[in-house]
This record gives sequence, structure tokens and C-alpha cells, in this order.
Amino acid sequence: MRSPFYMSSFLLCLVLAAACGGRRSGNDVIVAGSTSLQPFADKWAEIFAKTRPDLGVSVQGGGSSAGIQACKSGACQIGMSSRELKADEKDLHEIIVARDGLAVIVHPSNPVRGATLSEVKQIFAGDLVNWKFLGGPDKPITVVTREEGSGTRGAFQELVMGKTRIFRGAITEDSNGTVREIVAGDPHSIGFISLGLVNGQVRALGLDGVEGNEANIRNGRYRLVRPFLFLTRGEPTAAARAFIDFVLSDEGQRLVTNEGLIPVK
Amino acid sequence: MNRLEKKDRLIRLALLMVAFSAVSILAVITVFMFEQGTPIMFKYGIKSFLAGSDWYPSEKSFGLWPMIVGSFYVTLGALAIGVPFGLACSVVLTEFSSARLRRIIKPVIELLAGIPSVVYGFMGMVILVPFIRKTFGGPGLSVLAAAVILGIMILPTIISISVDAILAVPPAYREGSIALGATPWQTVRMVIMPAARSGIIASIILGMGRAIGETMAVIMVAGNAVGVPGSLLAPVRTLTSNIALEMGYAAGEHRQALFATGVILFIIIMILNTIANVTSSGRKRKTKA
Repeated sequence: MRSPFYMSSFLLCLVLAAACGGRRSGNDVIVAGSTSLQPFADKWAEIFAKTRPDLGVSVQGGGSSAGIQACKSGACQIGMSSRELKADEKDLHEIIVARDGLAVIVHPSNPVRGATLSEVKQIFAGDLVNWKFLGGPDKPITVVTREEGSGTRGAFQELVMGKTRIFRGAITEDSNGTVREIVAGDPHSIGFISLGLVNGQVRALGLDGVEGNEANIRNGRYRLVRPFLFLTRGEPTAAARAFIDFVLSDEGQRLVTNEGLIPVK
Repeated sequence: MNRLEKKDRLIRLALLMVAFSAVSILAVITVFMFEQGTPIMFKYGIKSFLAGSDWYPSEKSFGLWPMIVGSFYVTLGALAIGVPFGLACSVVLTEFSSARLRRIIKPVIELLAGIPSVVYGFMGMVILVPFIRKTFGGPGLSVLAAAVILGIMILPTIISISVDAILAVPPAYREGSIALGATPWQTVRMVIMPAARSGIIASIILGMGRAIGETMAVIMVAGNAVGVPGSLLAPVRTLTSNIALEMGYAAGEHRQALFATGVILFIIIMILNTIANVTSSGRKRKTKA
């Protein structure tokens, strides 16, 4: 009489066991962290799988802070961060795999072509509130920023704002794409996104008279540059080492260039 | 005890376990959220958490006041739009239209509830936000945009529950009022609405609960700035959007602070649901008597 209950619980266990077992196989390297880096890591993993089909690489998002935590705790072999490590995170081993420029973007119809970094800082601090002070139309500036915890915001805070806070009235969105979408729709807005994501819908401002492009980043004149980091706890495992070597190889770095990032070599 | 009784007992036990699993899931969620969220509230002081107006988690300042006010403004705005439209619609459907028309229109309105919130948000972002920006100025992403979108989203809740409440009013009330010489409008205003009052209030409170809890559509149209909005055209962040926006990257105390946001939201919604339950149980007693 009781057999159906035993039967069903037995089956349930079996299904659970199968589900767990299935997930474990083929993940020799888990790469987790920054969502800015994730799409590139996905591509690297895809190509890497062709040259080394014996090693399974699994890429997960979660954000820079989560990636750093996961790497510290050993939950992943490689952590990804799109911001510099803080003092208490410096015990991790860091490898720069690419660099990314940050662009300050405005609507294409905006007559303002450039600004100084200190003007940009004042705009995001909420002290400079009208385009007329920059030689534009007499319109209030709509400031668009990223949410707290985002690597892009962290990099912008460090490179532009320093200790000054981004003011409370700034519109906050949770991805590069949404920031670009809003700036593309609002003629009086300003925001910041990854340089590689600037397209025809928005225009990047020149900063301190320097255009943001690869040449200016390489020669060090464009200052808004952040590193894309791979992190390991101590020495990487053999499988992780192989993946990192691939990423730093000519083939891996070529992919970086194609995607609008700045290679490290 | 024979075999059949044993079997009976066993099945009853199994059903009881299944029935309680729903309750225990609620209990697990509640315990987990409070366990994660309350320590940080006590660490920094409940007062600074509720009344602080600076939300800079990376600098360890966790003030939820702008979000609490934001949720309140947006919900109030949604009610200001949803309640008049919803009540007008339910009165027309029950008192001034044929049963056939009601059978067509009511399901259509209830279909509104089935549209995913991200679709509302998208419509708001593509149509409403640019419209507000061009007509009234400002960034467009605003309290107003969120209130309009939420006002539309709570219509099905308000309409379907208040239609049921109005239909539950005994026909004798209506007939008596007409027999005394009242016009149909006087009947609605002075007899039907007061008689259906508790049901209508419950519909409004449930709509309010939906508006407070809505996340996706609000994130897309509200602008999510962490300041207390100074006008209808200023951007605003609600408690729910605060969690959803920052959840992806939050770690450590930032993460706990988001759980604390959830705790506050949970308490607000519990209070609303309790009020709704009390008023609607009052209605049941009344109709029985």
C-alpha cells in the first residue's frame, strides 16, 4: 500500500541526483564576475573550446564585486573585474586581459563638442546644471548614471569624480544599453558608457580636448581608461592557466580589438 | 485500526504536508529576509535607515527615505488615476449597460491584467516618456510616467473586484430606491456605492498593493534617481526598483541593505493586506445579515 510513496520519493531522488550530476561534468574552469567582461569571456570560451575541446570553460556573470568574492572563496577559478581592486581585495592575483575606455556621451544634436574633466565632474555632482554654461542651448542637463555597485560606475567614480558624490537627482539605469538608449532619446542628456558601445545614436564628448579613440588611449592622452581584469587566488590551476594564456595570445587579443576594446599588447 | 483506516490516515497526512508546504515557503522567505535584512538595520540604527536621505552603499550610507517617499508618491499617483477610471468603469458596467455588454467588456478588461509588466514598461518608455518630455519638459522619466503606467496596470484589479461588489448588492436596495423616486444616478451614489463600500475599498487596497509591488514597469519609466522628487516631472526610485536595480552587483553590506529594503516593503504590504482582509471580511458579515 505504501509503495507509491516510496516509489515517488525514490524517483524524486533519482531526478535530483541526475540534475546535480549533469551540471558538474565538463566545468574545469569557472569564470565569473563583471557583466561588462562577460560577453568577451563568452566569445573567448567559445573559440577556446575549439582548440582545447578537452577543457570545459563555463562563463557566469554576477558583477565585478560578486566575481571578486567568488574568486576569494574559491567558488570560481577565475574572477572577472571591470574596476581596479580595492585595498582589501589586493591579495588576489590580477592579470589585465584588455583595457576599455569610458566615453561621456550626449545626444547627436547637442552642439557641445567637448568638455573638461572638471566640467564633467561638476555636471555629475549636480553643480553645473545648464548646457548654456558649456556653450550649448539654455536647457537643463539631464544626468544619467549607472547604479551603485556597477563596475562602470565604480570606474567613472574613481577616474572622474574622486571623492565627490554623483548627485542624488541623477537618473539611474542598470546597463550600458539603457543609458545609451536614454541619452539617444533625450536631446539634453549626458551619460557615460563603455567606449566600445558608442554608436551612431549618441556622440562621445572630447575630454580636455582629446577624442576618445584607440590611438589616444594607447599613447596615454585619453585618461578615462579602466582595466579589464582576470583574477585568481594564488597560482591558477593548469586548466585556468591554459585559458588565460589563450586570452593573452595574439588570437585572443585580436578578438578584443574586433569588439572595440583596447588590447594589452 | 484496519488497513483502510491506516491508508486513510496516511493520505490525510500526505495532503496536510502538501498543504503546509505553501505556508512553510512563506515562512522560509520571511525568516530568510528578516535574518539577512535586520542586522544591518540595527547596526546603523533603524532611524538612519528609515529617515536618512543619502543612499550611497559604497560609502556605507544607507538611507531609504527617498525610496519610501518615492513608493508612496508613485502609488498615490497611480490611485489618483486608477481609482476614478476604475470606479466609473465598474458603475457603467453594472448599472448603465446591459448584461450582454458586460459579458464582453469585463473579460477584456481582465485581459489587461495578463499583459506582462515589462510590456507596459516598454510602451511607457517608447510612447509616454517622450510625450511627457516634449509636452511638459524635464527628462520624461518621472513620477508622472510611473503613476500613469501603474494607474493603467491596477485598473483590472479595481474594476473586477468592485464590479463583483456592486453586483452583490441585493436587488431590493436598488428597486426600493427607484420606487422612492430616486433617479438612477442618485441610486448609484446614495444606495449602491455605500452598500458596496467595503468591497470597493478592498479593491482599491489590492490595487494599491499591486502598485507598490510592481517593479519592472516602474524601473523602465521612473528614472530611478535616489532623491526625494521635487515635482511630478522629477525622476523617482521606489523600494522595489531599488532592490531590482542594484541586486546584480551588490555584495556584503550593500546586499544586506537591499534585503532590509525588502523587509520594509514586506511590512508595508503586510499592513495593506491585513487592512484589505479586515474590510472584505466586514463585507461578508454585512451581506449575510
